[in-house]
Amino acid sequence: MAELYTYAVARIRALEVALFTSSTIEQLMGCKTEEQALQFLTEKGWGDADTPLNADAILTREREKIWETMNELGVDMSIFDVLSYPNLFHNLKAAVKEVCIKGEHQAAFYTDCAIKREEMLRIVREKDFSKLPEHMQLAAKDAYETLLHTKDGQRCDIIIDRATLDAIYEAGQASKEEIIRDYAEETVAVTDIKIAVRSQKTGKPLEFMKMALAECKSMDVNHLAHAALSGMDAICEYLTSIGYGGAAEALQESASAFERWCDNRMIETIRPQKYNAFTVGPLVAYVIARENEIKTVRIVLTGIQNDMPEEVIRERVREMYV
Amino acid sequence: MSELGIVYALLGAAVAVLLAGAGSSIGVGIAGQAAAGVVTEDPSKFAKVLIMQLLPGTQGIYGLLVGFIVLSKVGLLGGGAAALTPQTGLMILAACLPIGIVGLISGKYQGKTSAAAIGIVAKKPDQFGKAMLFPAMVETYAILALLISILAVTNIPV
Repeated sequence: MAELYTYAVARIRALEVALFTSSTIEQLMGCKTEEQALQFLTEKGWGDADTPLNADAILTREREKIWETMNELGVDMSIFDVLSYPNLFHNLKAAVKEVCIKGEHQAAFYTDCAIKREEMLRIVREKDFSKLPEHMQLAAKDAYETLLHTKDGQRCDIIIDRATLDAIYEAGQASKEEIIRDYAEETVAVTDIKIAVRSQKTGKPLEFMKMALAECKSMDVNHLAHAALSGMDAICEYLTSIGYGGAAEALQESASAFERWCDNRMIETIRPQKYNAFTVGPLVAYVIARENEIKTVRIVLTGIQNDMPEEVIRERVREMYV
Repeated sequence: MSELGIVYALLGAAVAVLLAGAGSSIGVGIAGQAAAGVVTEDPSKFAKVLIMQLLPGTQGIYGLLVGFIVLSKVGLLGGGAAALTPQTGLMILAACLPIGIVGLISGKYQGKTSAAAIGIVAKKPDQFGKAMLFPAMVETYAILALLISILAVTNIPV
């Protein structure tokens, strides 16, 4: 039913007007102090009247607003599940560590997830993994046993991170929505590139990369892993040959340029949704765009808080959706 | 004389009104959903999106017009139905088909185009004039069908 999202997409179009453009980010960067920047954000409608004038409170409120809006649209919220996988799996990782290593890590949990901290901790503590979604069960059991027996936190992270990527990719493959398929493919491909780059820099062995890299259509992970073993030039050469030349250029520029490229790539992927009037695409794109916007504002605020030079902040500023 | 002729003629009027009206209601409904979405966030755009929503409503009016002409032609509005042969009744029915069928299809697609154009108004209200042209283009074909239906109905000898 093409008309299913007509109301929602039109409402999103009206909301897109309030999204920050590159020039709004420039104005934010022009603020000399954090207070000025926060004042600027509140003038733009960020936070609520009762939100304290501090960065965390305002940014948290903006994240909440995204999902409040989506809930009001009256669409099937399960279409957004794939976007919550990274946070959900992160909560699993935090719970496994808290149970196995002992100690409080409350700050490490995301609160806006389907499975909250207490429930996740109970599942892991009681080894009741069947209560988790199917795509999490095996990874949860494996990560828990690995950390319990080997105390190897990195191996535990790899198991869960790999399961996250596999879950995203599977959700993309199973989805009828083009935007979800594109999101899944790009997320897995870009994360694979990040893993290969970091593995090359830290001299990780082939076995490590084979365990961490998730399969996707855009690239041959085996080839990528072998390129990472050969060196950064080999990675760049391979990336250029498969259409990720932008990543190669960013890698040669700097680490922060590469991180920026990774986020910009996702914005480029969702950008065609600006011209789509009847599918779920603009809704998903709006959520990603808002998260990107909040991330960029956080980067700018952190830069201002730490008196970082403008060019250093500018190098990290992401492209905006609108 | 059999009354089959008048039945066919009435069927023609019904087809014109029903199909074109259905097309308009579908179209206005689609555009209305988009209009509601925009007004939820920005009530100041109510007037502009209302005009956009109403654009697919014309097919229903065209159907109604053809229906009236048919009723008038066969004398039903004047109180005395003309004695129509089945052939004449079928000719009137055939004359009503263009506005009925084109009204249905164009109404639906004009509604979709209006909904998309409402997206333009939501983001760039100053481009209202250009945005209105896109759904207005679909109207062309409803007008052509209306023209043929009117010409045909009025020129059928009764």
